[in-house]
Amino acid sequence: MGSISEVFQHLLNGLTLGGIYALIALGYTMVYGILKFINFAHGEILMVGAYVGMFAFDFLRGDMPYGPLMLVVFFIAMIIAMIISAVLGMAIEKIAYKPLRKATRLAPLLSAIGVSFILSNLAAYIWGTKSRKFDYPFDNTAYNIGGVAITPHQILILVVSMILMIGLKLYIDKTRMGKAMRATSLDQDVAALMGIDVNKVISLTFAIGSGLAATAGILVALDFKVYPTMGAMAGLKAFVAAVVGGIGNITGAMVGGILLGLLETFGVAVLGIPQGLKDTIAFGILIIILLVKPEGLLGKAEREKV
Amino acid sequence: MSELLTINSIDVKYGNIQALRDVSMKVDEGDIVCLIGANGAGKSTLLKAIVGLEPLTNGVITFEDTKIAQMRAESKQRFRFRRNHDILTTDKIAEMGIALVPEGRRVFTDMTVEENLDMGAFMVRDEKVVARKKEEMFEFFPILKSRRKQKTRSLSGGEQQMMAIARALMSSPRLLLLDEPGLGLAPLIIQDIFQKIALINREDKVTVFLVEQNAKIALKASTQGYVMENGKIVLSGDSKELLENSKVRAAYLGE
Repeated sequence: MGSISEVFQHLLNGLTLGGIYALIALGYTMVYGILKFINFAHGEILMVGAYVGMFAFDFLRGDMPYGPLMLVVFFIAMIIAMIISAVLGMAIEKIAYKPLRKATRLAPLLSAIGVSFILSNLAAYIWGTKSRKFDYPFDNTAYNIGGVAITPHQILILVVSMILMIGLKLYIDKTRMGKAMRATSLDQDVAALMGIDVNKVISLTFAIGSGLAATAGILVALDFKVYPTMGAMAGLKAFVAAVVGGIGNITGAMVGGILLGLLETFGVAVLGIPQGLKDTIAFGILIIILLVKPEGLLGKAEREKV
Repeated sequence: MSELLTINSIDVKYGNIQALRDVSMKVDEGDIVCLIGANGAGKSTLLKAIVGLEPLTNGVITFEDTKIAQMRAESKQRFRFRRNHDILTTDKIAEMGIALVPEGRRVFTDMTVEENLDMGAFMVRDEKVVARKKEEMFEFFPILKSRRKQKTRSLSGGEQQMMAIARALMSSPRLLLLDEPGLGLAPLIIQDIFQKIALINREDKVTVFLVEQNAKIALKASTQGYVMENGKIVLSGDSKELLENSKVRAAYLGE
């Protein structure tokens, strides 16, 4: 084990990776909380968000030099991507999931897998399979702070994911619609008895989850480029994070995401797990959690209704 | 007195089992009406049908002059993505002024007392009205005030029942439906809850329709009564008369 600055370096790397997992995991967990269903097309919504963000950013910035204005343009592109992904998420729900709400539980799941393939296939057809570069909106040279290298990209991830997570938590806990979402996830029929339009809440849930996924897609793409299957692994890992934290639990998704990021980073750096086996960490943790605490770290064991 | 709720020969089926058959009844404005019957007679199903949680296979339910539920054509039931223009969804029925206190209370256990009240007032847009209503409820159910910041899963059964009633009253409904408000509670607490129900009816002019297995307390608390057996209404009349009815006495009052 290295010096203290090395530990901080891994901590920083783990937190940034975890922040991204958390953003994606929130979408899985929010949808599961309300519909008890895993939206397996979530990763592909992330991919579409990354494409939209890249196109919007490239279009808007022209040959602008680095600077504050470029950052503004980048955030505008991010917001455009969030909105378009939100609309896409709501449309998918209406077309592919809603008609199956009263069907067997397997039906919407299969439908989601179908949507996921359709989206990545369409993306490959329209935009090609070659990965495209999503340019940094800044000079990404790392700063050296006490032996810890921190890139502007990492700062961006930390700031954006923190703001979005705190914002979401406040929205869910304090606002009228946020509380309605919680009520709907606790008891859909009784929520409707309160006058809550459950369909509207479901749409809103898909919109928020998809918007967060688009942001995560853009943050990932800055380092790893944009390509049609980029959502698959990111989506799966975030799904693991959501299960680890306790699927259906919003704080759990945040904790699970950050924990998974830290474990992956420290697993490789400290335990010496080969880089090529990095992905086994997440799925190994998944299996352990399912065996030891299937409801997840913050999840509550479901009680059978009498 | 004018009819507030009219149920006109409705049927409800669960698969092949007929849960309600040709049920007709009415609730007049300002009354407390009760429906008694054994466990499994179909009482809860009737309440669910009123609030749109159970589709009708026949008949019509009217609230004032608006049809809130009626039979859906067979083909429309199969294709669920088609919009049903002939029935209202549960949230729209709630907006009309019908509140249900469901069987088993079903409070939002993961939310605090105050958040449960906020949800009850979801349809009330005016923050000031919500705050005033909350204070009213805290005055009416003092136990809730002392627990306002607690999650409702920590409440006792009686407290949860009061929580569920308070939540239903937050929207100032015109018709309050109660599903077995006394179920599983100690006799003293049941008395307390029925006193509150009488007060709500008298002071706030809320029409009440309650469903109970406990026939004695329900008939004593109400003005009109209906008796249900195997999904059918077998008797109805003034609650006082039903209390004296020999059939009712034999079957439901254990005499």
